Amino acid sequence: MKYLCLAYGDEKKYQALSKAEIDAFGIACKGHDEELHQGGHLALIASLSPSRSSTVIRPRNGKTELFDGPYAETKEQVGGFFIIEARDLNEAIQVASKHPGARVGENIGCAVEIRPIEFFEVGEGLGK
Amino acid sequence: VRSADGAGPGDGAVARAVEAVYRRESRRVLATLIRLLGDFDLAEEAVHEAFRAAVEQWPREGVPGNPRAWLVSAGRFKAIDGIRRRARFDEAAEALAHHLESEAALAAAEPAKATSEDRSTAEGESPEAGLEDDRLRLIFTCCHPALAPDARIALTLREVCGLTTEEIARAFLTEASTVAQRIVRAKQKIKEARIPYEVPAPGQRAERLDAVLRVLYLVFNEGYSASSGDAVARQDLSGEAVRLGRLLVELLPDPEAQGLLALMLLHESRRAARTSVSGELVLLERQDRTRWDRSLIREGSALVETALKSRRFGPYTLQAAISAVHAEAATAEATDWPQIAGLYDVLLRADPNPIVELNRAVAVAMRDGAEAGLRLVDSLLAQGDLADYHLAHSARADLLRRLGRKEEAGDAYRKALALTRQEPEKRFLEKRLSDLDPTP
Repeated sequence: MKYLCLAYGDEKKYQALSKAEIDAFGIACKGHDEELHQGGHLALIASLSPSRSSTVIRPRNGKTELFDGPYAETKEQVGGFFIIEARDLNEAIQVASKHPGARVGENIGCAVEIRPIEFFEVGEGLGK
Repeated sequence: VRSADGAGPGDGAVARAVEAVYRRESRRVLATLIRLLGDFDLAEEAVHEAFRAAVEQWPREGVPGNPRAWLVSAGRFKAIDGIRRRARFDEAAEALAHHLESEAALAAAEPAKATSEDRSTAEGESPEAGLEDDRLRLIFTCCHPALAPDARIALTLREVCGLTTEEIARAFLTEASTVAQRIVRAKQKIKEARIPYEVPAPGQRAERLDAVLRVLYLVFNEGYSASSGDAVARQDLSGEAVRLGRLLVELLPDPEAQGLLALMLLHESRRAARTSVSGELVLLERQDRTRWDRSLIREGSALVETALKSRRFGPYTLQAAISAVHAEAATAEATDWPQIAGLYDVLLRADPNPIVELNRAVAVAMRDGAEAGLRLVDSLLAQGDLADYHLAHSARADLLRRLGRKEEAGDAYRKALALTRQEPEKRFLEKRLSDLDPTP
């Protein structure tokens, strides 16, 4: 089974951190990040630019219109995501628990959400 | 198996071999690694790592003569490597790595190379007999009374039987996320309460075994009861319980474990006959007995006999004995009711509870007549414990019907109908109700 893991955090709180705090956060993340990359479960991983850079496209009155994002105006926004291959949900939880967002950053609203993937296909656009 | 260079036709064969080894050995390997590493999560990761190493190395080096020992050893060292890596940012991990490494060094002191094939025979710490003990340790730990009952079932099915979280959820008609949390919490509890990874000492064995048997029986019944949901997943559940029962009897030949296995096999023998083509429930007395599985009956009856001879049997063996008496009767009319009623008397002394009393009342009705049975059922219902139990009301309805008291029988069937949630049973009761009063 494949699982999509969404890493959340409070962008404002992160931006309000001091340089020293950001460095310390980075160091704390490093080991957990390495852990996640070991073990052969990770299919892909990505981190995203801030949510204010989002564009939302939606149908309006039968036409497609653009809006400034993000889609949901919540305090915590998705800052990155990764897809893992695991035997079942418990193994996925075990793997996703190694992501820094599940271990550190309690003060900046970090969290990882796991969603089972029902259909998965790699398109031609993801060339080497 | 094949040369090291490039992909060859042997690749598929090795991949299949790894898969076969996974199905056969992964639970055993896990059980041993939990003992060696002292932690469920670490051990599960190590199993994954060990099989990853096998997929990579076996095509090159060939499938080892003793794959299980190879996997245990590979898993153990991969886990230590992992903890070493973690030690760079986690101080506690350093001490753990050191501890596990010195244990591993101790175990490896006698045999030569860690991954060599002769390791399993030379490894003084975990010879084959020891590995079988590990599976028992795992079963007893997963069914530990300190864990919540739901958690015991989920943990046993996942860790011992190798079901996935999603399969367990489907079988129990719950969300996978709910089952996953149960499992995570159970593992935390095992860690925090320091539940030892051991086969209980003889003094506690009976009580702890009882907890294990209870889990097995619940799993079996979940798969056997004709309720809604994914029928196939539920049937598999009974199969898992039987497999687990066989394993338990093999590892620990206890009379009650034999009795429970016998009970499950005897119930299972009637599976084909207990529902009609249209999915209706068929009562024991109306079942087509030629459709009963004779080989399961033989196996079950033989186990009952062995358990009864031990003179240390309990409620499961007695229930199995009752089931075996039914199985021996060629027709419903030929049932030896005096023997069944007698066995219920013994069962009631061993395990006094109102449901056994109800079943005994039905047997007495068959032996001594409906009037005698009805007196027992009425006094049972008056005690109150079974007031909301649909089978008590349907049993009472049946007795009233046999006595020709149609109106009272109708009331009792309606009461039973209001209390049952299972569709096939509802349809069965509705049919009984309409048969009672055929419109002219």
